[in-house]
Amino acid sequence: MSRKLRTRSHRVVLNRSAGGDAGIIIFLLILGAFMFLPMLYAIMQSLKPLDELFMFPPRFYVRNPTLENYSDLFSLLNDAWVPFSRYIFNTVFITACGTLGNLLLGSMAAYALAKLKFPGREFFFKVIVMSLMFNSTVNQVTHFILLSSVRWIDTYLAIIVPAMATTLGLYLMKQFMESSVPDTVLESARLDGASEFRTFWVIAMPMVKPAWLTLIIESFRTLWNSGASIYIHSEQLKTFNYAITQIISGGVARSGAGAAAAMVTALVPIIVFVINQSKIIETMGSSGMKD
Amino acid sequence: MSQGKESFAERFLRVVKTIGAKIKSGVLFVIGKIKGLFKRKKKEEPTVIVDPATGKARPIAREMTRRQYIWKEMKKNRVAYLMVGPFLLLFFFFTVLPVFLSMILSLTDFNMLQMPHFKGLSNFQRLILDDEIFLLACKNTLIFASITGPVSYLMSLLIAWFINELPPKIRAAVTLIFYAPSISGALYTVWAALFSSDSYGWANAMALKLGFITKPILFFENEKWVMPICIVVALWTSLGTAFLSFIAGLQTIDRSLFEAAAVDGIKNRWQELWFITLPSMRPQLMFGAVLSITQSFGFGSIVTTLCGFPSVNYAAHTIMHHLDDYGGQRYEVGYASAIAVILFVIMITSNMVIKKALSKVGQ
Repeated sequence: MSRKLRTRSHRVVLNRSAGGDAGIIIFLLILGAFMFLPMLYAIMQSLKPLDELFMFPPRFYVRNPTLENYSDLFSLLNDAWVPFSRYIFNTVFITACGTLGNLLLGSMAAYALAKLKFPGREFFFKVIVMSLMFNSTVNQVTHFILLSSVRWIDTYLAIIVPAMATTLGLYLMKQFMESSVPDTVLESARLDGASEFRTFWVIAMPMVKPAWLTLIIESFRTLWNSGASIYIHSEQLKTFNYAITQIISGGVARSGAGAAAAMVTALVPIIVFVINQSKIIETMGSSGMKD
Repeated sequence: MSQGKESFAERFLRVVKTIGAKIKSGVLFVIGKIKGLFKRKKKEEPTVIVDPATGKARPIAREMTRRQYIWKEMKKNRVAYLMVGPFLLLFFFFTVLPVFLSMILSLTDFNMLQMPHFKGLSNFQRLILDDEIFLLACKNTLIFASITGPVSYLMSLLIAWFINELPPKIRAAVTLIFYAPSISGALYTVWAALFSSDSYGWANAMALKLGFITKPILFFENEKWVMPICIVVALWTSLGTAFLSFIAGLQTIDRSLFEAAAVDGIKNRWQELWFITLPSMRPQLMFGAVLSITQSFGFGSIVTTLCGFPSVNYAAHTIMHHLDDYGGQRYEVGYASAIAVILFVIMITSNMVIKKALSKVGQ
């Protein structure tokens, strides 16, 4: 072994050339700029006073930052036909119910699929994996017909109930349970006379906290973004996100408030992600798909 | 000679008959079992059976048939069905059923008002032979998906791999920068400001200043520009769950593998990637591929938001838009279902093909 071993963060690193490192850093910087600059520009836009928004030539940076756009946004929302608090209530209600339902139904099913050897489980799981392979918008027409056949169009149910059966969360939960809940622990709980539901709830669930956080966040994010749904017509049932996208598409006159609105829709999911990043990554560690 | 070979029609009939018989026996079996469930308590199981060949009674065989075994297992695991039941019921109703319903409706002329009539494959015929916009939409969709899918996949993989060796804190920060656009809701509308058609738009102002152009380009109203811009914006929002999965997958690889490989003569990081890293994270590669492909067909809303609907001369019109046009606006549900079926088949096929290809990585 004549090769020189360099170290990086106190670990032995093999096969690394300085030129390669430099290339990688340049690559990351360019892509990072591509990802980050538009976000930065969005922040700048939302802080620009009116005269800077319509300045020629446009400047990237804001000179006199102001929160005017944000206060404009909230006064616009207050003037809306439906009180602003109603949009907030709708969003919280839909998101909470859908997420809770998805968590309960999804993790229960995930437990059975991961830990109970019943006939048909491989088939069920195959179908669920299959459902990850197509975008659900392809179904929207027939979905609409089915929802209207049970008379759920224009009710909260039209969004909440389908959201409970989202498969990505179930998939991640099942994979995580398989890799991090040992069968022996479950077996000893059963020997102690715990019912299967009890074993699931008391033993397995606390062991997969990262997975339920991930499931909650995935579900939350989808529901949070479910603004302009085709299943809801009544203004008083629409979500905060819908109200805000109306403002974004309001055209030139509202470009300040629109920029502020876009920031608000983005910030909530990003903050939620930042808080839970390590748990989410931990869950993704077992997300792999066999064969 | 011709006795040995059956004609296609005969063979088809035979297959249909066998399938029919199987379904029938399955249904009878299930019905019998359901009846049995209610009667079981009262009736003692017989211990002898009359052999039809000899007419004598003989004791029943001890070993179970496969069916009996499965049924026993099913009863033993009753609670498992209770647990998956609620989810599967909703899943079936909102995901599986719509797919089959689309397939059935695609053979009809259903329009939400009148009773549907069976039309055979005429919807598909009309799509492929008479609907020029559909063909354009197919072309656009394929271009869109075949660029955004692979590029976003490779970007996710390379970035995840490059940042893998950074210290944890910095890695978390870099992850956030790359991942944030995909979860940022309506933030991509900032691209509309960047490429705004008047000279307040950043791109136009820069190009004017540098003298590339003499008057502003109407980016979102120009056939040449709408597709490329939409692809760029789609890529910007595309580092999603697959990216996180790769980051996590790379973290789980056993480091001693790399040290062993260095001894065995792996020369540079690219060889290391191909021979060790990728094969060790094949499950994540599969999962990421599935998500990337699915995602690459679902960027329709970005196009609609940025370029309007329909986009100028249908320059960025995808199959998803065509579906929306006929299903959501014209209520030609039968025709829209045919579009949905084609899109569905395209998505599933491309997933299957890529999955096959990925199983060969590093071999």
